[in-house]
Amino acid sequence: MQETRIALRNMGKIIPGRIDDYIAAGGYEALKKARLTDRMELLELLERSGRLRGRGGAAFNTGMKWSSAFAVDSKEKYIICNADEGEPGTYKDRVIIESDPHTVIEGMLIGAYAIGADTGYIYCRGEYAKSIELLNKAIAQVEEAGLGGGVKLSVAAGAGSYVCGEETALLESLEGKRGEPRLKPPYPTTSGFRGKPTVVNNVETFATVPCIVEKGAAWFRSLGADSYPGTKVFSLSGDVVNKTCFELPTDVTLRQVVEDCGGGVPDGKKLKAIQVGGSSCAFLLPEQLDTAMDFDSMRAVDAALGSGAILVIDDSHNMVDIMVAITSFFAHESCGKCTPCREGTYHMAQVTQKIADGQGTGKDLELLKRFVEYLPANCFCPLGQSAAIALASAIKLFPQDFAVRLQKEDE
Amino acid sequence: MSKTVKEDAILLNAMHAAQARFGYLTDEAVAELAAAFGLTRAEVVSIATFYSMLQMTAPPPVCIQICKSAPCHVAGAREVIAALEAELGITMGETTADGRYRLEYVECQGQCQDAPTILLNGRLCSGVTPGRVSALLREGVE
Repeated sequence: MQETRIALRNMGKIIPGRIDDYIAAGGYEALKKARLTDRMELLELLERSGRLRGRGGAAFNTGMKWSSAFAVDSKEKYIICNADEGEPGTYKDRVIIESDPHTVIEGMLIGAYAIGADTGYIYCRGEYAKSIELLNKAIAQVEEAGLGGGVKLSVAAGAGSYVCGEETALLESLEGKRGEPRLKPPYPTTSGFRGKPTVVNNVETFATVPCIVEKGAAWFRSLGADSYPGTKVFSLSGDVVNKTCFELPTDVTLRQVVEDCGGGVPDGKKLKAIQVGGSSCAFLLPEQLDTAMDFDSMRAVDAALGSGAILVIDDSHNMVDIMVAITSFFAHESCGKCTPCREGTYHMAQVTQKIADGQGTGKDLELLKRFVEYLPANCFCPLGQSAAIALASAIKLFPQDFAVRLQKEDE
Repeated sequence: MSKTVKEDAILLNAMHAAQARFGYLTDEAVAELAAAFGLTRAEVVSIATFYSMLQMTAPPPVCIQICKSAPCHVAGAREVIAALEAELGITMGETTADGRYRLEYVECQGQCQDAPTILLNGRLCSGVTPGRVSALLREGVE
């Protein structure tokens, strides 16, 4: 299985801290081309012709987002890169930034031109010290090279809060507040950072933009699935031979990613489950390996592409133990703004731990089944709404794993 | 509220810088941040305590944080935790009697290609095995 690299096109070929390397590899040509292009034409290229969909997980049409911010009459607009990668199992944005920070910045500068923004921020998770350093350096190099075009870019370091990956929580955090999500609408494109029109895109999305501008929409649409063209960077972890990132056309199957690229499950063990998209997503079974890896194909099997994280799990694990890790993650990361999430994730983690410890009964399992219906229906933001997806999936697909941990109930 | 810092200053960046300077967000650091950003000290504390990387108390000499997210669990974090607990004679969340070592959980660090991950005084250690735990703790003391 051959990789098709767009976001990672310069990985290993250039020294990431050197703008000259990036320019020698054709970098910033797309920005020059974009700035000579009429804005409407540029927006059209991304929205209708290119159909680039956001690579952070929600898969919203990037051009539509840009057009929406462009259409608002405001002197003050912002372009923001969401580099707050926190979904467990996801490390693709870090690999993109650490391989080629300038492609992200070039994508942002194209976006800034397209919507008419003169200020941009990269909100990078605080744990990624190396990424923050590289981005700051790259911004200084862009300014020194006179490529900024009057756009002021800065890096803001997150401080260990998963919910800040949700775009409105990110905006709150960037404004110097607790990272609690806002009610939508209004969407950031009309009222975002400091209440002004703001485009927030993922690292991988921005990293893809320069190539589309340079090579055109037809080229981009020729790659991957019709409804989700282009490539996706997958980050592999767990019980798989090659734990690394692969950038592949979106019409590949899960089998091609896990077996051909990933090398399958090591040590002669058997594949038990795959969690695509991170801890907020469902599990897939070995018989679903031929599912295509685009947004809509994943959704059609009640799974999600999410961030493109792929956690491979072999048959030596009981899924209840994995659910302890996942439920406690959400309990820790719930921001506390809404009661259903704050209390729901906490109790879900407690009851899951109880079952994992062999202290639970059938009543506890019934309680978990109520949580997995209650949370998606009642939580304020995507964190709580998706906090029980993996648990619901594990209970449905692996009832035996739960059954063996339950105590006999008193009659 | 009048801000004495420039309009585009980012509070979290300033909090990270203060923590690097003082070791944690001391009363002095909180007062400085409050003055600089036109906030009350209570507001600064309310914001800082939202973020798990920002500390309001002095960290112990050796702080060991272990990732317990799903990819690290699948890669064997539980065995590493057991080794750390046995080595230090404490359980997760505790500090040794001499106040020297603390074991705590941390969420996904985005290093899942080389799990399990631990942070030793903030320094990233990847691909940790139970057998490497003793050596890592010795490094932490140095």
